[in-house]
Amino acid sequence: MKASFWKSGNAFIWLTGMAAGIGMLMIGGLIALILMNGLGIFWPARLEELTLKDGSKVLGEIWNRERIPDAKSNAPATRIRVKIGNRDFYGLDFRWINEADIIARRFPDSVFVFERQAWGNFFGYATELSFSGETIARGAEQTAVALPKFLVETGRLLQQITHIEKKVIGDINYEIEKRRLAIKRLSLRQDVDTSLISQKQKREAEISALQKLYDQNEKQLESLREKGEAYQLTIQAVDGRTKTMTLLEIVRAFQPNQMSKLDKTGLYFSRVWEFFTSAPREANMEGGVFPAIFGTVLMVFIMSLAVMPLGVLTAIYMREYAKQGPFVRALRIAVNNLAGVPSIVFGIFGLGFFVYAIGGTIDKFFYPEALPTPTYGTGGILWAALTLALLTVPVVIVTTEEGLAAVPAAMREASLALGATKFETLWRVLIPSASPAILTGLILAMARAAGEVAPLMITGVVKLAPSLPLDGHFPYLHLERKFMHLGFHIYDVGFQSPNIEASLPMVYATTLLLILIVLALNLAAIFLRNRLRRRFAMGQF
Amino acid sequence: MSVAMMTMLVPKAPETIAVSTVDKSNHRPAQFQMPPAETGTKDKTAAIHIRHLNFYYGTSQALQNISLDIPKNQVTAFIGPSGCGKSTLLRCINRLNDLVDGSRLEGRIEVEGQNIYDPLVDVISLRKNIGMVFQKSNPFPKSIYENVAYGPRIAGVRKRAELDEIVEKSLRRAALWDEAKDRLAASALGLSGGQQQRLCIARAIAVQPQIILMDEPCSALDPIATAKIEELMLQLKANYTIVIVTHNMQQAARVSDRTAFLWLGKLVEYDGTHKIFTNPSEKLTEDYITGRFG
Repeated sequence: MKASFWKSGNAFIWLTGMAAGIGMLMIGGLIALILMNGLGIFWPARLEELTLKDGSKVLGEIWNRERIPDAKSNAPATRIRVKIGNRDFYGLDFRWINEADIIARRFPDSVFVFERQAWGNFFGYATELSFSGETIARGAEQTAVALPKFLVETGRLLQQITHIEKKVIGDINYEIEKRRLAIKRLSLRQDVDTSLISQKQKREAEISALQKLYDQNEKQLESLREKGEAYQLTIQAVDGRTKTMTLLEIVRAFQPNQMSKLDKTGLYFSRVWEFFTSAPREANMEGGVFPAIFGTVLMVFIMSLAVMPLGVLTAIYMREYAKQGPFVRALRIAVNNLAGVPSIVFGIFGLGFFVYAIGGTIDKFFYPEALPTPTYGTGGILWAALTLALLTVPVVIVTTEEGLAAVPAAMREASLALGATKFETLWRVLIPSASPAILTGLILAMARAAGEVAPLMITGVVKLAPSLPLDGHFPYLHLERKFMHLGFHIYDVGFQSPNIEASLPMVYATTLLLILIVLALNLAAIFLRNRLRRRFAMGQF
Repeated sequence: MSVAMMTMLVPKAPETIAVSTVDKSNHRPAQFQMPPAETGTKDKTAAIHIRHLNFYYGTSQALQNISLDIPKNQVTAFIGPSGCGKSTLLRCINRLNDLVDGSRLEGRIEVEGQNIYDPLVDVISLRKNIGMVFQKSNPFPKSIYENVAYGPRIAGVRKRAELDEIVEKSLRRAALWDEAKDRLAASALGLSGGQQQRLCIARAIAVQPQIILMDEPCSALDPIATAKIEELMLQLKANYTIVIVTHNMQQAARVSDRTAFLWLGKLVEYDGTHKIFTNPSEKLTEDYITGRFG
């Protein structure tokens, strides 16, 4: 019987099944890991107060428990990792504590989590709330009751402040910069006449008017800040140290130990919403990733616009027009090999060709007034998208060629026999029939581009972009601007941030988001492809 | 139904193909044009003259020294065993073999007096004059309407009313109108095999050709669909010259007026269908027809 197991080929079936199984296990495990870590971080954890043998107290979120690696005693010794927050006091966000050292544990009801603009979370008790030196509430209970109302008020103030900072002053700066460049452009001109001088003076007058407006807004900002800073909150850490801060610094305050499931769900979605829609803060470790989502999607979109015509036209030439021979064969091999070139090489090419050669030339001819500050001669979303288009064009070429080859010869002959030219046949029959395959190529290209990081790092991605590539200033789409990207965000937060341990949740959440975006792009394209496929399905009897 | 009755059902003859004048001043390829019937050829009723035709796929010779005349407004059948070259011969008539890499042709094919392999002949307008129906029905993955309108659109017909008229007329002639008139916008791929093949015939006649080539048009159809197509051929021959390649001897006997028997790339015998099937001159023909080989 043993021999027949080998001879019958069952062994091979098992082998193939195992290979497929291992692959599925790995993919499933990866996705489960990311899902678990990425979805969990927005859920508010309870704060536990630990009293240690030496009498000190620790307050924080318990993250995980593990066996102490070098435990000498026979008893199983374990330790827990506690997120203690309060970075301004302790310097570190996390602390390992041996469970043997703990003598008491409890969940104090009145403890607060303060999410702050800077320095990360603060865990502690609210002891006093005051307004311009006058006490409004004292003690944990009173303060907890009074706090939400004032937080709403300071939240409104904060909104006004950000509006003035980002929008109003941003607009003024933009206008000033435009005029400054106009003056420089005028002074670059060789011919000097009186009209030039008067134009220059006009611009200068405008600038000083704008400057005045700027100063006014600055003053308003000052007063708003003062108003907000008048609200002072004193908080006490578990070790007795106190800190007084203004309410403006606080993003969110809640008492996790007395929240109901419903409250927690509300908070969960509020945090998820913040993650999707707001800009990052604290060196990208907290806040949202909206600019990165926006940058990724826009970059992939621009790349698709570039790669589609290039890839499809190349494939059509190679399949339909070029004489099949050694040259086309060599070209095909070259295209296939291009897909295997390391992406960093494409990045360097993009930097040399697009950024320095083309961008530099554009700057010289169209933006000389801004030099030596480069406009297009530095990394930007257009150059990054074009670099990725080069990187992904082989995929589009190969799939399009296969799609064209798969159209039955009968279809081609039917069209030609009706007196259609080759171009008419291509345009009316072949390309529509090959469109599902072309779309497949685009899906693959998009998925690859969305996940690619290395070439972007040298062609336009930045850690923190001051403004989105799309805004209200003419011409609205600013292709020369640097942008943020989810893949780079993961790298930056996970490996370049000053506090890697604390930023880990952000890495998981961003990874999950990137995977979801790639999945969504793929699903959309697959849906479209299936519809086309049904439409162009070849006739069967 | 008799042939005579069939012809009575056929609507009036198609309008003559519009011909554009040859512009010699700038040496553009001449538009293929149907010369008036009087131009001096030996057989005035013949639509196609094939003279000393040799055809090669690379180095292998597919057709050897074929010469035959195909008469106007009749059905001519090419029969013979697989690989004898009958499809190749058919595809030489509309120059579809031009698409085959490494193919080469010697000799002449004259369609109503003009050598179609003359370098000055415009292949595109030649193909507009010679419709073709393929072995496997091959409608485009478009609507029924768009399939029939494909040829006219390419020929430059833009007006919706004009297209509507052509589509209806072609579908009526292909005996598909009654079945398809309510679903013109539906995909042609939803039709049955026989309907698809008739649609392909409608598509071919929508460009108003003079000649229709049919390459085993019924080989993938059931007997009922086959009967319909054959009936159609008998109707169409009043207006068109039809050349059909078939494996089915009975079909050749039923529909064709003249039959050519090809064997290993050579024309063995070419005569009236009745003569070929009842009293062939060649022993080889008799053997093939009686089923002794092939």
